[in-house]
Amino acid sequence: MSAQAGHGASVRIEACGKTFADGTRALEPATLEIARGETLVLLGPSGCGKTTMLRIIAGLELPDAGGRVLFDGKDMTAVPIERRNVGMVFQSYALFPNMTVSDNIGYGLKIRGVPKKERAARVAELVALTNISGLENRRIDQLSGGQRQRVALARAVAIRPGILLLDEPLTALDAALRDRLRGELNRLLRALGITTIYVTHDQSEAMELGDRVVVMQKGKIAQIGTPREIYFTPNSRFVAEFIGAANIVEAAIENGHLVLPGGCQPIDGDANMPAAVAMIRPETIRVMAAESAPLSGIIDSVSFIGDRQRLVVSGVSNRSLTVDAPNTVRAKSGERIGLSISPDAVRLLPPES
Amino acid sequence: MSHRSFVWLCLLPLAVLTAAFFLLPMARLVVTGAAGPQGLAGYLAILTEPRYRATLLNTVLLATATTIVTLIVATVTGMFLQRHRFPGRAVLIATLTFPLAFPGVVVGFMIILLAGRQGLIGDFSNRVLGEKLVFAYSIYGLFLGYLYFSIPRVILTIMAAVQKLDTGLEEAARSLGASPWAVQRDVVLPALAPAFVASGAIAFATAMGAFGTAFTLATNIDVLPMLIYTEFTLAANFSISAALSVGLGIITWLILALARSFSGSAVAAAG
Repeated sequence: MSAQAGHGASVRIEACGKTFADGTRALEPATLEIARGETLVLLGPSGCGKTTMLRIIAGLELPDAGGRVLFDGKDMTAVPIERRNVGMVFQSYALFPNMTVSDNIGYGLKIRGVPKKERAARVAELVALTNISGLENRRIDQLSGGQRQRVALARAVAIRPGILLLDEPLTALDAALRDRLRGELNRLLRALGITTIYVTHDQSEAMELGDRVVVMQKGKIAQIGTPREIYFTPNSRFVAEFIGAANIVEAAIENGHLVLPGGCQPIDGDANMPAAVAMIRPETIRVMAAESAPLSGIIDSVSFIGDRQRLVVSGVSNRSLTVDAPNTVRAKSGERIGLSISPDAVRLLPPES
Repeated sequence: MSHRSFVWLCLLPLAVLTAAFFLLPMARLVVTGAAGPQGLAGYLAILTEPRYRATLLNTVLLATATTIVTLIVATVTGMFLQRHRFPGRAVLIATLTFPLAFPGVVVGFMIILLAGRQGLIGDFSNRVLGEKLVFAYSIYGLFLGYLYFSIPRVILTIMAAVQKLDTGLEEAARSLGASPWAVQRDVVLPALAPAFVASGAIAFATAMGAFGTAFTLATNIDVLPMLIYTEFTLAANFSISAALSVGLGIITWLILALARSFSGSAVAAAG
């Protein structure tokens, strides 16, 4: 086995668009490069084209004419999924109900004609890796959701695929289990070090698992970047609002300050435009006494969350501002409160096209 | 009147109907079967008397062949119809289910028009081969007739089962490297097994007991319902025809139970 085998293939998709038979455009032509061993997350609301892109890479959908899919520089566009050597985990898990857990995991090896003994060894290896010892002879309908998810992953990985494709693998689980499995999945993907493409609509999954995140909207790529880049420097209002909580403020600019109803807010850089749309994350806003603060407003509501409290403050900007304050601050709705924001926490967004 | 006795009273009409139209005739049939000169041994005649045994075997073979061929044709057709959309699809499905509306007599009549002495196939073979091909009045004609009215029943069940198949299963098998044949063998057919058993049972039971078609094609076809009819009306042999009726019921029921338990254990063994 070559040194690269454990790390899978690199992927390049070129001008891949998808128009369905009824004329709906699911995906605008997109070009994307995924390095060997990288975990790339396709993130977006439902109907944004992320699953279509995954299915094009898998070979379950053909891109529109002109689109190409390359694995390790080799054109795979016309190669059907059964010969692409991809491991796939489906949202429904799609485990074979007429087979046991170990038959499910070993199915791809059996199809490849791997001898029984070798197959059993590989299945045992994956059972240990995915932590499902003792379930080997169970039927699929005797497994919990979390166990099914692990079996689906083990089955996809068993064939040593060049690329691992995951389509919302945690969406079918309840919230607590989802959080736990997310961490586990992350460790597993790092340990495997295989090229992975992961589709989700959940931004916290995308943040935790992705080396890079592709944010998609209405069939187009809105932004590509590391989780930090996407969070701190979104390039559009859509990305800012989709990732985390964001205050979007529209204001006039005078002498390097945003002119707001609640005061003046200094901003970084040379913003020589008359007005701007800016994003401010709730956790970057500091709370202080109203008298000495550069900005002030009236508290509309206080929600105590535990590790922090979330205030909604009106009168500062054109829209009420969400502020994450430490849980020790005494705040009551109806009171006047002072706010201060560091200039580098204000991110000016390009005007909407 | 207490609530309990009210409920019992409500069950009375059902009890009367069941007794009058099901239990009493059944009991009478069973009693009549044992009332012949041979007594209870009359029940064994279906197995011991060579003519009856041959007829029984004939009937079971015919019903089995009908079931198997129906399942094959209906599965291929049903899968295609459920998975593809094309102009005229709705009309085609309606046409395929049309035989459900015909009684056995009409089906028999259609078989005669197709393969009888003046039939389409005979005319055609006469012109091409110089020989008239006539098989309407044989067991082959009956087989064709049974196929004709079994296929629609089975197709509808298979189509419903195919619709409920998770296409993700097939995609998962393909992603693991399975060829289209392997996908059918390992994923699709096992998933359809319950539908095969359910619809196959209906096809089998119908073919075992259908009378109208056999009677229309008549003459030299040996199947159990025909035998019962001749023993009853022509030979006036009440006890034997009753014993044969009970035997037909029990044997059909036994074979269905066997098929069900076999398919059940097959599923358990695979899973």
